[in-house]
Amino acid sequence: MNAPTNLKQLCLAAVAFAAASIQMHASTTINGSGSSFAAPIIIRWGIDFQKAHPETRINYQSVGSGAGITQFIQNITDFGASDVAMSDEEIAKVGGNVLLLPATAGTIVFAYNIPGISTGLKLSRAAYIGILLGTVKSWNDPLIAKDNTDLKLPNLPITVVSRSDGSGTTGVFTAHLSAVSADFKAQVGSGKSVTWPVGVAGKGNEGVTALIKQTPGAIGYVEFGYAANNKLSMASPQNKAGNFITPTIESGAITLASVTLPENFRAFITDPEGANDYPIASFSWLLVKKSYPTADKAAAVKAFVAYGLTTGQSVAPELGYITLPDSVVKKVLAALETVK
Amino acid sequence: MGVASIPVGPESPIQREYRPRTDFFKGICWLASLLTVLLLVCILLEVFSKAWPAIHRFGFGFITGVQWSPNREVFGVLPVLIGTGISSLLALLFALPLGLAIALFLSEDFLPAPIRQVIRFVIELLAAIPSVVYGLWGIFVVVPLVQQYGGILADKLGFLPIFQGPAYGNSLLTASIVLALMVLPTITAISRSTLVTVPYALREGSYALGATRWETILGVILPTAAPGIVASSILAFGRAMGETMAVAMLIGNSQRLSWSFLAPSNTLSALLANQFAEADGIQVNALMYAAALLVLMTLCVNIAGEAILRHTQKTTAGLR
Repeated sequence: MNAPTNLKQLCLAAVAFAAASIQMHASTTINGSGSSFAAPIIIRWGIDFQKAHPETRINYQSVGSGAGITQFIQNITDFGASDVAMSDEEIAKVGGNVLLLPATAGTIVFAYNIPGISTGLKLSRAAYIGILLGTVKSWNDPLIAKDNTDLKLPNLPITVVSRSDGSGTTGVFTAHLSAVSADFKAQVGSGKSVTWPVGVAGKGNEGVTALIKQTPGAIGYVEFGYAANNKLSMASPQNKAGNFITPTIESGAITLASVTLPENFRAFITDPEGANDYPIASFSWLLVKKSYPTADKAAAVKAFVAYGLTTGQSVAPELGYITLPDSVVKKVLAALETVK
Repeated sequence: MGVASIPVGPESPIQREYRPRTDFFKGICWLASLLTVLLLVCILLEVFSKAWPAIHRFGFGFITGVQWSPNREVFGVLPVLIGTGISSLLALLFALPLGLAIALFLSEDFLPAPIRQVIRFVIELLAAIPSVVYGLWGIFVVVPLVQQYGGILADKLGFLPIFQGPAYGNSLLTASIVLALMVLPTITAISRSTLVTVPYALREGSYALGATRWETILGVILPTAAPGIVASSILAFGRAMGETMAVAMLIGNSQRLSWSFLAPSNTLSALLANQFAEADGIQVNALMYAAALLVLMTLCVNIAGEAILRHTQKTTAGLR
């Protein structure tokens, strides 16, 4: 007779499984979700952190900044990540039990595809606003040409490539454009999802990247890291001081260094003023609770965030992010200490 | 071991008399079908209840509005509705003649049966390719083609609103071409099976009256199979309307109103796929409103299809 043996084995297996799950619960799991822009670096931190602290499991889901904030408010996650800081209204929904901690930063670049011109394109503020509003239609338009006398710009129609999905990238980008141009503010405005007057749209940074690569005459906006990894040509936009700034990790770091963070860390860099500041940059925030239900959880979250802010910053450049300035890290770590 | 070794006697289970018992199988079937209906009702309820705040706030203006700006809380889906309809119609326009021709070719004896079988199998295999693969293929093959020839089309025929330039690679036309390929198996498979079931006596009768093969096909076989062909087109249209991934990758995702086939456009399903993840507040309700509209549209298409099917069945009934 086989059946009782099988049953016995099944019971044993069930007990073993139950024991295993209890074993798993003995360690702490922290769940996070949000920003897809910050996802690569947060996931990397998670992997590296887990190697050093096997008792803690980090789950991060790149669901987008908006959904990340929503899930944090609904108490589904232990931490969130967002490219747009939470609004006062959203902070009220969690009874003020939240800290917004800048964890990484990035810049947004104009990536283009003009056959024969792989580098050195300069875009004045009037030129890039004109392109995005559809008033500058061709690459040899005098408005572009006057700053690029060294380049032979072709008579090629401009195809603007934007994001079709709601995204923090679009939010940061349009906030900058609205700060630069009253016309843009009136016609398009700022937000995670806007209506562009011209061009095509692709889903995600990767969708935009693919469209730019494929369309001669295209120009679009993507995260610096994506553009660098995909070897897209990047234009040098003009900053508030009037200088054309080449997008690099260094020029982004200069922008961040000049930002003075307020007490609540909600600094929006819509149009930085420094002479060498790269104009379009943003922090990415981690949302953590001021007080967690258990001490274990609080300790695990604190350890993880502290890791990201210190050791974790060293992987930023290779992933296309800007390393946070030491002064910022110091302030954020002090705030993190208050988490209970 | 002989037959005799099988126990046959009064105590054998074979001879046990039949007693009516509760029919569990029937009960399970009932439950399953009831659950299916219930599931559909639940989905519809969820969609409409989530859509209600937007329906209440925007009303009919949502359908006639031409601007979709979530950052300003302005939501209008007319361009998207038009995009959905035109892209599916255009896809059908490309796929129907091709699909019907293939179906005819495969149902007649132009080729030996084994070869026909292979061709049929290959075409039905098209239905097994995932949508995202069609999208990728479209990006690498169709987009460059449309970019190249779309420009020429816009130059030569740009005076027609539908070919007005500038020509984009990711456009309504690109999406329609790929959609046409995606719905081709649906049209071919259903049309072929209807063509095959046309009674042989009808063909023989037609030949006996001196009709050529083409006269027989056009005058007898096609009209007899018409209901099936119409049904296949409607199913194909429905599939094209609901298709999401490939369209989202190819149509250009622009909510601007344009009549040009060479301009980027958008469809309801692509809009939902693109914007749902990061939507919050009233935008979620507006997207649900759009989803409700999509459900209603597919429902209307299916009802219309059913009506046409019944009507044509009635008129061709005398032929059978």
